[in-house]
Amino acid sequence: MKRTTRSWRDREDLRGLALISPTVLYALALLLVPVAMVILYSFWKQSFMTIDHTFRLSNYEAAFTQPIYRALFLRSLWISLTVSLVTVVMAYPVAWYISFHGGRNKNLWLFVITVPFLTSYLLRVMAWKVVLGHNGVVNSALMWLGLIHQPIEALLYTANSVVITLVHSWVAFAILPIFVSMEKIDRSLVEAGRDLGDSAFRSFRRIVLPLSLPGVISAFVIVMIPTIGDYVTPTLVGGRDGMMIANIIQTNFGQAQNWPMGAALSVSAMVLVSLAAGIMVLLLRLLVNGVRR
Amino acid sequence: MPDRPMIEIAGVSRNFGTFRALDDINLTIAEGQFFSLLGPSGCGKTTLLRLLAGLDVPSAGTIRIDGEDCTEIRANARPTNMVFQSYAIFPHLNVAENVGYGLKRLRLGRAEEDRRVAEALEMVRLPDFGRRKGNELSGGQRQRVALARALVMRPKVLLLDEPLSALDKKLREEMQIELRSLQQSVGITFVLVTHDQYEALALSDRIAVMFAGRVAQVAEPMEIYQHPATRQVADFLGGMNFLSARIAGETGETLTVETDRLGTAVLRKPAGFTASGNRATVGIRPERLRVLWDDETAPHMLTGRIASRAYFGETTSLAVAIEGLDAPLSIVETNDYGADELKIGAEIRLAYDPEALVLVSDPAA
Repeated sequence: MKRTTRSWRDREDLRGLALISPTVLYALALLLVPVAMVILYSFWKQSFMTIDHTFRLSNYEAAFTQPIYRALFLRSLWISLTVSLVTVVMAYPVAWYISFHGGRNKNLWLFVITVPFLTSYLLRVMAWKVVLGHNGVVNSALMWLGLIHQPIEALLYTANSVVITLVHSWVAFAILPIFVSMEKIDRSLVEAGRDLGDSAFRSFRRIVLPLSLPGVISAFVIVMIPTIGDYVTPTLVGGRDGMMIANIIQTNFGQAQNWPMGAALSVSAMVLVSLAAGIMVLLLRLLVNGVRR
Repeated sequence: MPDRPMIEIAGVSRNFGTFRALDDINLTIAEGQFFSLLGPSGCGKTTLLRLLAGLDVPSAGTIRIDGEDCTEIRANARPTNMVFQSYAIFPHLNVAENVGYGLKRLRLGRAEEDRRVAEALEMVRLPDFGRRKGNELSGGQRQRVALARALVMRPKVLLLDEPLSALDKKLREEMQIELRSLQQSVGITFVLVTHDQYEALALSDRIAVMFAGRVAQVAEPMEIYQHPATRQVADFLGGMNFLSARIAGETGETLTVETDRLGTAVLRKPAGFTASGNRATVGIRPERLRVLWDDETAPHMLTGRIASRAYFGETTSLAVAIEGLDAPLSIVETNDYGADELKIGAEIRLAYDPEALVLVSDPAA
């Protein structure tokens, strides 16, 4: 039998495109279109109940000059950087332990790490209210031990409580990419390092650390990008001092009824987080390149 | 060369759970020797090499290197360096950084470090490769970088874990020659782990053949090939025809045996040989049997029929059924004459030399 025309089913590349097209269309419809709309809105202006559709930059001007917005941007950036740093620092040893000393129980360890995800995100954040509150677990315990005589108020409704809660929410997402990059390290490389005279710590610093860097960078970015725009955690445990940029964006789209301003703040936050993530990736690379020598 | 011992392995065992990977190993390796640990996979040869490197600790016994007890000393403090089977080239470093990896700790200064790296790369004939990344190298080049990285440390002992097994045949043969001449020029004691008997025979000053965690025989290549101590060693190093024989007489060092078809011979006893009853196993290598063509004759002849043949270009392997023998004899015939006449079913005459018969210990006999 001879076939002169080949059905599209036979073409590897077309078949691939067909397979991914539902995802691509979905992403286009639900990501690209809304983002494009937000960008459009950010150049318009709210005038009482209607929207003035002439192109202007006044929203961006406000976003970068008004002290309230600047303060919230800086705080969001600061909180997300702190959260990413603390999360990665806490996740790294766990990932290292599972990868290098997990032995037969690696899968069990990974399962244990994902157990908290069996409860909802909201519930986990709410739990921190119980832990950090006025009559919460931490305060009660410290009082009972006699270490303090009145509850520490600074635990809840501050930037600190936001950081603590976010670190807890994201640490598993940081452990996994670091673990995966460590699993890919050929163990004979570490042995070769030892054979060439390295102490255990030195071979870690010169081999494991630089080779697990891709995982560290992904972990950092995975944590940093969503936390900068996190809305739930600062709403629930942040109070006034823990408010972040997402809260004011919500206010603009909500009570304030100023969609163009909210849109401009959203776009600014996106640009800022991309820049910040890019800079962090470069800095981490430089840092580890310096360390391995 | 003075035979000063460089490595002394005494009563070394290594258990993994209930599995005994090494069982009471005793070996002495002389300074400057090219020593091979030869055996099938799972015989414990790599485990032993890792114990020498300090990457693993024996369950029992001691290891002395250059007179110093190294049993408890870890890899980073031993005067040994290793070429790993996977080569373990650091992927985030370039060739020069790979080779200079171990020198950094010695704080030699930049100039001396660079000089030694260049010298080592020169030695493995990769002088202009310093700036290449590890993943831009071919298999043979990676192997040379791994060699240079170990040799640059000027170890007392260089350990090689199947270094040539990942290379294709032609490259492997080239590297064998190079490895041998490199060892002779640097004069360092080499310990090579291999499952390839030809590699071990071609490269080594001495070979230890290992089976199931034990050393079966230690000898020079020619001795080990011509006088294998046990049936297992004989079988692992090339083919061997085994024949059952009757013991007709015994002195301290020799045994007189009568074979069914290959006559009577006085044979040297291998080390540790003990006769069980009046039967013994003798062997003859396939290449020591020769086809007799036309009206050629020989003092010792056999007649048989070709049962199977395999043509290898320069040689032909035959299995020849001989009346009165249980199993056909394997023979390897050089194809210098008459290869087309070696057809299955053809009747041929074989010549052999009774001196080619060897006596082997055979626990099964």
